Amino acid sequence: MKIHLPNSAFLGNIDPFLRDFDASHPGTLEITSNKKWISIHPAVLSMVAALGLTIEPSNIKCEKFEATSKHYLERMGLFKFLRMKSGIEITEHDPAGRFIPLTQIKDSVGLTKFITDMIPLLHVEPKQAEPIRYVVSELARNVLEHSLSEHGAILSAQYYIKSNTIRIGIADTGVGIRKTINQSYNAKDDMDAIRLALMPGITGTTKREGGTELNAGAGLFFTKSIANVNRDYFMIYSGKGMYKLLKHKPTAKYTPLHADPFDDRHSKGMDFPFWQGTVVGIDISLNTTKEFSMLLDFIRDTYAKAVRERKKAKYRKAKFT
Amino acid sequence: MIHIKLFESVGSFAENKDLARDIRMKRLIPALDKGEAIILDFKNIDSATQSFIHALISDLIRNYGAEVLDKISFKNCNETTQKIINIVVDYMQESE
Repeated sequence: MKIHLPNSAFLGNIDPFLRDFDASHPGTLEITSNKKWISIHPAVLSMVAALGLTIEPSNIKCEKFEATSKHYLERMGLFKFLRMKSGIEITEHDPAGRFIPLTQIKDSVGLTKFITDMIPLLHVEPKQAEPIRYVVSELARNVLEHSLSEHGAILSAQYYIKSNTIRIGIADTGVGIRKTINQSYNAKDDMDAIRLALMPGITGTTKREGGTELNAGAGLFFTKSIANVNRDYFMIYSGKGMYKLLKHKPTAKYTPLHADPFDDRHSKGMDFPFWQGTVVGIDISLNTTKEFSMLLDFIRDTYAKAVRERKKAKYRKAKFT
Repeated sequence: MIHIKLFESVGSFAENKDLARDIRMKRLIPALDKGEAIILDFKNIDSATQSFIHALISDLIRNYGAEVLDKISFKNCNETTQKIINIVVDYMQESE
């Protein structure tokens, strides 16, 4: 496999980075980078770290980074995940208020501890912390419950002062969304599976409305809704499919949520290099963080309507002759 | 009547579904089977995820019917937690 860390890769312009990923020869990993500057979303870092965990260190080839911003990769813990020495010397700073370095979460207890420890590091107000810990909990639990990855969830986050935004990335190298969804549905391709996974009340664990005792199929819908209401980016990539919720104009008085992600302003593609597993990236702008409770009102309406409509679609029709 | 103080077992952010399931299996179901009323006390809980609330009560609504809600009081819920409980209660009843 080959992966190149470009000059810039954030959710808005991440497509070229993803398309450049070479998934062939999964037993080796070659990492290259832009020579001058590397400015990347935590989802990109999480992807590289997740790939690194699947490869023997002797089969990882990482060129010497020359970019001025190379220290960032060391500080985020990338080379620990690649199990190699970077040769980059840094002065460790207290990460409070700035970033959450790459972290591997392998079980439920570890996740609870991570969420407890994480929020103080970000130094955000309680109302801003609410969607952040919600998103991290739902996304990481999805990985732990559905990905079947022996390496668990690889997560990182960064606060960006200029945009006053928290950016979060989580990657796994598990079975991918299509395999999970197709335990109960028949998604014809990766994009179809992503679409189903983003709908409220759809879970791979059962076709029954209301889900199972432990799974309702709502975690990704809630996460996308948090981004949508706040007019932030959200990206999900699995197999050859990539769906990206795009920003929308702030003029609308309120944001109606959609049960079908294809009804949201989005871009998508189903011809990306194959990612074995799932990657999710989300931006949470702290300037526009709407009251979480207001978001829940939107979700309640949209969710119940989606369940009603699915039930109605199964009704038998009267025959008129 | 049993009074379950959730904060003691799940902390201020109720998100661990495994703990929710344990509470349901070990405390809620036995109480309901004995015909006891339940107080689920959310005092000191800042927030809960939908996944946690689903793991805590969805199977009760499915197995005992929506009437089970007459037996359960949700106490000391803040606005956010109330709304998440309402989302789960709504979609479980819509699903029946």
